[in-house]
Amino acid sequence: MRLLTELLGTPTEADLGVKGTTYQSQLPELRLKEKKSRSSLLLSIQETSSIMGSVAESQRTLYPYVTGSSVVAIKYKDGILMAADMGGSYGSTLRYKSIERLKPIGKHSLLGASGEISDFQEILRYLDELILYDNMWDDGNSLGPKEVHNYLTRVMYNRRNKFNPLWNSLVLGGVKNGQKYLGMVNMIGINFEDNHVATGLGNHLARPILRDEWNENLTFEEGVKLLEKCMRVLLYRDRSAVNKIQISKITEEGATVYPPFSLKTYWEFSAFRNPAAGAAGSW
Amino acid sequence: MFRNQYDTDVTTWSPAGRLFQVEYAMEAVKQGSAAIGLRSKTHVVLACVNKANSDLSSHQKKIFKVDDHIGVAIAGLTADGRVLSRYMRSECINYSYTYESPLPVGRLVVQLADKAQVCTQRSWKRPYGVGLLVAGLDESGAHLYYNCPSGNYFEYQAFAIGSRSQAAKTYLERRFENFMGSSREDLIKDALIATRETLQGEKLTSSICTIAVVGVGEAFHILDQETVQQLIDAFEIVREEESPPAQPQPTAEPAAQASGADQAATTEQGDVAPMDI
Amino acid sequence: MTKQHANWSPYDNNGGSCVAIAGADYCVIAADTRMSTGYNILTREYSKISKLSIVHSALQMHDKCVMASSGFQADVKALQKNLSARHLIYQHQHNKQMSCPAMAQLLSNTLYYKRFFPYYSFNVLGGLDNEGKGCVFTYDAVGSYERVGYSSQGSGSTLIMPFLDNQLKSPSPLLLPAQDAVTPLSESEAVDLVKTVFASATERDIYTGDKLEIVILNASGIRREYLELRKD
Repeated sequence: MRLLTELLGTPTEADLGVKGTTYQSQLPELRLKEKKSRSSLLLSIQETSSIMGSVAESQRTLYPYVTGSSVVAIKYKDGILMAADMGGSYGSTLRYKSIERLKPIGKHSLLGASGEISDFQEILRYLDELILYDNMWDDGNSLGPKEVHNYLTRVMYNRRNKFNPLWNSLVLGGVKNGQKYLGMVNMIGINFEDNHVATGLGNHLARPILRDEWNENLTFEEGVKLLEKCMRVLLYRDRSAVNKIQISKITEEGATVYPPFSLKTYWEFSAFRNPAAGAAGSW
Repeated sequence: MFRNQYDTDVTTWSPAGRLFQVEYAMEAVKQGSAAIGLRSKTHVVLACVNKANSDLSSHQKKIFKVDDHIGVAIAGLTADGRVLSRYMRSECINYSYTYESPLPVGRLVVQLADKAQVCTQRSWKRPYGVGLLVAGLDESGAHLYYNCPSGNYFEYQAFAIGSRSQAAKTYLERRFENFMGSSREDLIKDALIATRETLQGEKLTSSICTIAVVGVGEAFHILDQETVQQLIDAFEIVREEESPPAQPQPTAEPAAQASGADQAATTEQGDVAPMDI
Repeated sequence: MTKQHANWSPYDNNGGSCVAIAGADYCVIAADTRMSTGYNILTREYSKISKLSIVHSALQMHDKCVMASSGFQADVKALQKNLSARHLIYQHQHNKQMSCPAMAQLLSNTLYYKRFFPYYSFNVLGGLDNEGKGCVFTYDAVGSYERVGYSSQGSGSTLIMPFLDNQLKSPSPLLLPAQDAVTPLSESEAVDLVKTVFASATERDIYTGDKLEIVILNASGIRREYLELRKD
C-alpha cells in the first residue's frame, strides 16, 4: 500500500474526478505516516522552534551525500546493454569503491542509476515491493519495462511535486514480447525513450560517440566494445569515475550482470605525465 | 413473508451454513433480464435482452464499456451495476495512468469480487444485487468472467445469467466446444441465437437486444441497432412460425417483484441450492 | 560538507516550438521533436503533440483536436495524461468525444487549477469546431487563453510569430464586428508555410530542430507528416 502514497502526489494527479476509490479513503493516514518517517530519516532542518515548526517541517533542502556517476546504455540486436562504474563519491572523496548501480527488476527489466546512492537503494525497495505484488497475482501477466519505467516516472515526478526529490537519474531498459525498451527519467520527472541514453557527464561525453557509432544491429560484442569506449572516455575525463566497471545485458531470456572488470588505460602521454609543461608560472 | 429467522441481516449464518441475504441477492440476478457472453480465442461477445418497464418507458442500459479492452453486461439491479461499472472504469483509468498499459482483466475481476465480498461481511451493508459478465482482452488472450453478488467469480467459455437464462445456457452447452475457433461473426450469431432462446417465442428484433464485441484489433464497442438488425436478418434468426412456443409464459407475479430489479418477469421460483451461482 | 549545489529547482525548460494554423475547413498543428536541457540535447525524437486520449494500441484517438506543448517535459506529460484521463471520463459519460472548444476550456481550467505551482507548459490547441471550421486556442502557463486563427508557442515563438503575422495578415482585433480569424490559405499552402517557419526558426533557435511533426485535421480525418530539420 505504501506504493500508492508514492504515486498519488498532488491531488490533481490522481483525483481525476473519480471519487470513492479505495486509494483515496486510505490515503491521508498513510501520507502522515510517510511524512513522519521521512522527516526523521532526512537531513534538513527539523522543527527548531515552534514558530518555525511548520515551515521547517516542509523544508527539504536537499543535496546528495554519496553519488554515483554516469550510466551509459544502448539497444543492441538482442536487447539492451548497460554500463556503469562502481564508485560512490562523497563530494569529491571517493568514499565507496564497490557499489552496484545496475540491478535487474522483475523478469523483463534492468535499472541503472546515477546520483544519490541511498535514494537509489530506496527506489530498489519500492520496485521490489511492486514486483512482489505483481508476482503475487500469479496470473501470467507481468510488468514489462514500459510499465516499470512509467511507474518510476510517476514516482519521481510526484516526489518533485512534494519538493522532496529522489536525487537520481534512472535508466530503465528491458525486453518483453520481442519489444526492446530503453528509457530515462531524472529527479524532476523528465522522461523519454531513445536508442541510446547516458546520464550525468555521460550525456556530454558518451552520447556524441553513441550518435556517431551506434546502429540498430550491433552484436553483443560490438555493443560491449562501444560501451567500453564510452566508459574509457568517461574514465579519462570524469574525475569521479573509477576503473571498476560493470556491464549488464538484458534480452528476452533475462538479465545478466557481468562481474566487474577494469579498462586498459594509457597514461604515458607527455601531457598526462607533466600536465603543467608549458604553462608558465604554474606549479 | 419472512422465510426464516436467519435472513434479517447479511452477517447471520443459518444453522445449515447459509447466508440468506446473500442468496437473496443472487436471486435478484435471476430476476433481471438475460445477459449472455461467449468467447473465442480472439473475441468476446456480450448480448443482453432489453425489456422496458412499461410501454411508455425506454429500457435500461445493460451493457457498459469499461475501457477499450473491457466491457460488462449486467443482470439484476441496474443501479448497482452502474455503480460497479463506474468503479471498474476508475480502476482502469488509474492503472493506465501509472503504467500506461491496460489493466489485466483477471485482476480487475478479482478486485471487483473483493468489493462484493466486503458486503457479505458487514452488518451495515447490503450485497450488490447484480451479476456481471465481464468481457475483456489482455496479453493472455480473450476472457469472459462472471461476477456474483456473493463475491464469487468464475471464468467461462460461454455463460448466461438473468431470467430464462437456462434456455440460453442449454444452447451454449450444446455448442461451446466449437467456440474457441469461432470467427467474430459466428460468435455474434451464436450470441443472437442464445438470446433468442431466452425470449421463449417472442420475436427477436434489434430493439429488444444489445450486442457488444471486444477482440484483437477491435476496442470494446456496442453494435448499433441497424447493424444488429442486419445481422439478425442475415442469419435468419427470426423464428419461423413453426411449432408454437412450448408453454405460454406464466404471467409475471405482480407483488413479489423485488422493487427495482430490472424489468423482466420472474420465472422459476424453485429452491436455490446454497451458494449456487 | 559544504554546499556544492545551486538551489534545487523543480523546473527545467526543455525547449521546442509549436505552431497551429486554422483554415476554413482544416487545422494544421506542428511541433519539432527536439528535447533539450541547457546546451544538451536529450533526445531528437520526442513528440510534443498529444492526441488527448489514452492510446494503448492505436485503437482510438481524438480526431477533432490535438494539443502541442513545449516547456518542462515532466509537467507537459502530466498535463497530457490528466487531459487524456478527463477526456476518457467524458466519453464514458457522454458517449461522444469532447468538442474542441470544450477541450479548450478544460485545458484552461486544468492549467489554472495549478495557478500557484503552475505547469510550466506552453500550449496551442488546434482542431475543428462544431461547424467543422478550423480553430486554434493559444495559452499561457496559468490558463489564460484565446481563440485565434493561428498561433505559435515555445522557444522559437519569438521568431515564428512575427513571420506568421506578416504572412497571414490577420484582421485587426479592433474591428467591430469581429472578422473571421481563420486564415485564407489552402490546406497545402498552410502546410508549406509551417515547414518554412520551422526551417527558419531552426536556423537561429538552438532549442528547435531535428525533426518537424505536422498533424493535419480536416473533414476526412487526421493525417501526419514529417520533415527533417537541421540537427545542429
